[in-house]
Amino acid sequence: MKLPLSWLKEYVDITLPLPELAHRLTMAGLEVAAVERRGGDWEHIVVGQVLAVAPHPNADRLKLATIDTGAERHTVVCGAPNLAPGQRVAFAGLGARLINPQTGQAETLKAATIRGVRSAGMACSERELGLSQEHTGILVLAPDAPVGAPLEQVLGDAILDIKVTPNRPDCLSVLGLAREVAALTGQAVREPDLSYPEEGPPMAGRAAVEIEDAALCPRYCASLVEGVIVGPSPAWMQERLAACGMRPISNVVDITNYVMLEYGQPLHAFDYDTLREHRIVVRRARPGERLQTLDGQLRELTPDMLLIGHGAGPVALAGVMGGAATEVSDETANILLESANFSNTSIRRTSVGLRLRSEASLRFDKGLPRELPPIALRRATQLLLQLAGGRAARGIIDAYPGREERRPILLTGRRLAQVLGVSVPREEVERTLESLGFSVAAQGEADLSVTAPYWRTDIALPDDLVEEVARITGYDAIPTTTLAAALPAVQPQPGLELKERLRDLMAGCGLQEIVTYTLVGRALMESARDGLGVSAAVRVANPMSPEQEFLRLTLRGGLLAALAANARHQEAMRLFEVGRVYLPQAGDLPQEREMLAGALAGPRHPPFWSREGGSLDFFDAKGLLEEALCRLGVEASFQPTEEPFFLPGRAARLQSSTVSLGVVGEVAPAVAERFDIPLRPVVCFELDLAALLPLAAAPRYQPLPRFPASTRDLALVVDETVPAQRVLDLIRGFSLVGRVALFDVYRGEPVPAGKKSLAFSLAYQAPDRTLTAAEVEGVHQRLVQKLETDLGAALR
Amino acid sequence: MLAELDSLKATALAELGRLQDAKALEDWRIRYLGRKGTVTQALRGLSALPLEERRALGVAANALKALLEEGYAQRLQALRKAELSARLRREALDLTLPGRPPALGRLHPTTQMLRQICGVFASMGFQVVEGPEVEWDYYNFEALNIPADHPARDMWDTLWIDGADPQGQRARLLRTHTSPMQIRVMEQTRPPVRVVVPGKVYRYEATDATHESMFHQVEGLAVDEGITFADLKGTLYEFAKALFGVERKVRFRCDYFPFVEPGVEMAIDCFACAGKGCRLCSGTGWIEIMGAGMVHPEVLRRVSYDPERYTGFAFGLGLERIAMLKWGIDDIRLFYANDLRFLRQF
Repeated sequence: MKLPLSWLKEYVDITLPLPELAHRLTMAGLEVAAVERRGGDWEHIVVGQVLAVAPHPNADRLKLATIDTGAERHTVVCGAPNLAPGQRVAFAGLGARLINPQTGQAETLKAATIRGVRSAGMACSERELGLSQEHTGILVLAPDAPVGAPLEQVLGDAILDIKVTPNRPDCLSVLGLAREVAALTGQAVREPDLSYPEEGPPMAGRAAVEIEDAALCPRYCASLVEGVIVGPSPAWMQERLAACGMRPISNVVDITNYVMLEYGQPLHAFDYDTLREHRIVVRRARPGERLQTLDGQLRELTPDMLLIGHGAGPVALAGVMGGAATEVSDETANILLESANFSNTSIRRTSVGLRLRSEASLRFDKGLPRELPPIALRRATQLLLQLAGGRAARGIIDAYPGREERRPILLTGRRLAQVLGVSVPREEVERTLESLGFSVAAQGEADLSVTAPYWRTDIALPDDLVEEVARITGYDAIPTTTLAAALPAVQPQPGLELKERLRDLMAGCGLQEIVTYTLVGRALMESARDGLGVSAAVRVANPMSPEQEFLRLTLRGGLLAALAANARHQEAMRLFEVGRVYLPQAGDLPQEREMLAGALAGPRHPPFWSREGGSLDFFDAKGLLEEALCRLGVEASFQPTEEPFFLPGRAARLQSSTVSLGVVGEVAPAVAERFDIPLRPVVCFELDLAALLPLAAAPRYQPLPRFPASTRDLALVVDETVPAQRVLDLIRGFSLVGRVALFDVYRGEPVPAGKKSLAFSLAYQAPDRTLTAAEVEGVHQRLVQKLETDLGAALR
Repeated sequence: MLAELDSLKATALAELGRLQDAKALEDWRIRYLGRKGTVTQALRGLSALPLEERRALGVAANALKALLEEGYAQRLQALRKAELSARLRREALDLTLPGRPPALGRLHPTTQMLRQICGVFASMGFQVVEGPEVEWDYYNFEALNIPADHPARDMWDTLWIDGADPQGQRARLLRTHTSPMQIRVMEQTRPPVRVVVPGKVYRYEATDATHESMFHQVEGLAVDEGITFADLKGTLYEFAKALFGVERKVRFRCDYFPFVEPGVEMAIDCFACAGKGCRLCSGTGWIEIMGAGMVHPEVLRRVSYDPERYTGFAFGLGLERIAMLKWGIDDIRLFYANDLRFLRQF
């Protein structure tokens, strides 16, 4: 809501400097987002009186004006056709900054000789002052503008841009804000006088109002002014409308807008003579009904929309926009003014449904008071008589099927203290609420019976009053205390802990965490070929873009896209993300499954002046998974698996007994290509945290070995078909074997074709004694024999 | 004979002084002290001399031998030291070559900030819990005192989930705030309640430098007998000091959220301009940090908490906004663009 200070002053005295006023409003819940000052740059511009106008000796269209600024008299050259003696004008002296009407840029005024006559200063147009685009003549000030006074004093203003929260439709009006200012500064509000002469015929018989659905229209008021002259509204009204961001149209329309800005009640003016039977019917639209609204659009109506009809058909969308057929035109002579209360729900549905949000609907859909329509109607009728002439009918129509009494609310001193943590003296509560227009009656020692003023639709509970007291006395006045209440019992969160542990483990393994969008597009999902496809995904009904249409089923697409995006400027990438995937469940919320996924690509070692080669590959990913699982105390094996995302023969499922924990593998080159990743190989892994959770354990201490180990190396030749894991498992399971490391895999001469050589380093160790050389030798021989018999291994 | 020994001594010592490497030193040792060396020979030759002479010469010859052995040892040590330092000089590193970079892993800045924020609240007894991102309209709006067609729904532009559900149309959505967890937590527990809820939230919003369609919030809720607005102020003030420094000033002003009453917006004084007004604080001197308020009695009633008995406060803050303020990040879109050049700065 734009609030011109000059308009505000009409209803309340401003006793504070502007910054302080803005601060108080902000603190009380009406945030002043910006203050636009008008006239702050009007230096050297004062009110001048035109004493004489004489012809220019050398030019027909120019005149010489003698202007008195109190201290001096200036003769200047002027081309304005409306210049006349006796006028008070804005006189700019040398050094003033004015807008050049040709360029729109501010320029400093210098003395000039125009057609042989020297001119030092000028009378300004509105455009030159930056007030409007008007430049057909000079700006003529009010006849009582004090000669010599700085123009800023006369025309300067400040416009406060106030963010009004949706609970305060009363503050979408100058008067509503004046009431706030009054309460905050201890001033009184001056309400406009609403009287006007009722010289026309009685209203009854001239027009009728019929409300078909009282729930949607609790009140409908109308007045009639006959014999108006439609024309432009006066400058002061146009200026105020413009300052509030509304375009002046005609005196009749401007008055309805002006009163809406003044009181917060939207009004509508009908051309009385176009209303068939002079009868207003407030009803739901019928199926298939159509209406051409004021903006020229033909709108399809549905039965949940409330409309204003006359004897024959629809004439306006109630509370949203008028219809073209009954619009006020230059020929209009008789005006029926509408000021009504409509159900905010209905207005909201209609305006949202038609995507037609007007200044009126924005006010109606917040819920306006039912007491307001006749008040605003009288104000508008009064202004209509003053500015457009005519005669007002006697009385108004006031159809009010939805009358509701305001109930007093009991505000106890106990509740105030219970919520705020400090007791507020009853007198102070009373004073504060009364300053806001509440009526207050004492109830016993500490309690108050409080009735909200008609304009407040947001007050229903005692706590609403608590907020009123707190915000007007100021939140600063409430003390600051530390929570003393009891602490709840600790609820263990193993899922959260696991997530954070994994994050630390991944970062510890050198991976960078990323966070990608959970909403993905069809293209990304299909590129990732994650096996499930869009048909299995949860879809957003109103996506912002095709790239954010589905909730992801895996983290793979996001990871690969991040790899691709970084490949332009990064050599090696190790990325991981911990996040959710969303699996649909019929008739329920999707299952949100927490996943860890990672991707590796590029050289294993960063570029360096000493060459250390190799690309990150499957075994880098496997190694860090092994490390992470080991830290979590989870035993898992890597079983070969196949899915289109991975290269066949290069993917493994992580299996812990019967539970699948995740997958790791080399991304199929076709997939990497679709993501435009220039690096090969690209390795990806995925862990399902829900599967991991029941297996994960806290670390358990193992006693350190107290007796020395005996190490032996062992090179075995086995068939290619024997997986290394089987050999390792066998060795690890053998008695007295401690640490085992596979340190070499070799194929080729002299190892026969179809065979491979595996070299292990192993340590024999006993927990209770130092092994003798003979013991070690014995165990080693037995191990070799077992390897020979079980796996067909031969010593190399 | 004695004179011969003297001359031998002078020659040997002079030679020793000129030796420059281990090889020459070894030759010298063999020449004088080896089995066939001059001094050894001289000692051997003594046996042929008469006793008197032998005794006098023997003392002198043994003294010479000891002297040369001592000289040899010293010279040997000196030469070794010189050789070592020469080798070290030869093998010195070019210390200006860049160090080998470790493959350092890092947590995403939102994770880091989340941990910081949750850590501060954990120290005040708030437990961390999480909730679903896809929500029922009921939890996201209705139970929070925002029924259908409520004008305050304009405050949250919503992404709806496709497909009807058993309760009617469009009842599922991507949560627009973490506040639905207020309801879920209170449904599941009885007071005292003291939780913080971090998580992703979604808005139907065009993205720009300060707006994202996906971002993180941290919700807080404390409900019990005797919790007051003063406690809200105290708790959030402590938080602001812990995160932004003890010298920060805090401002609480009235604001509106349908699920709290009274409603609060907390701001800290602008650390860029110390409250004088600059671009960061849009000239106001204050930077909004979070929304908060006393839990609305209707919300408590909804979860069968007696609002006459229990009171509480709730708050919600935007994580990225806090991170941006704290680390001077000027574009929120950087968080999810996942440019490693950005992520590696944290």
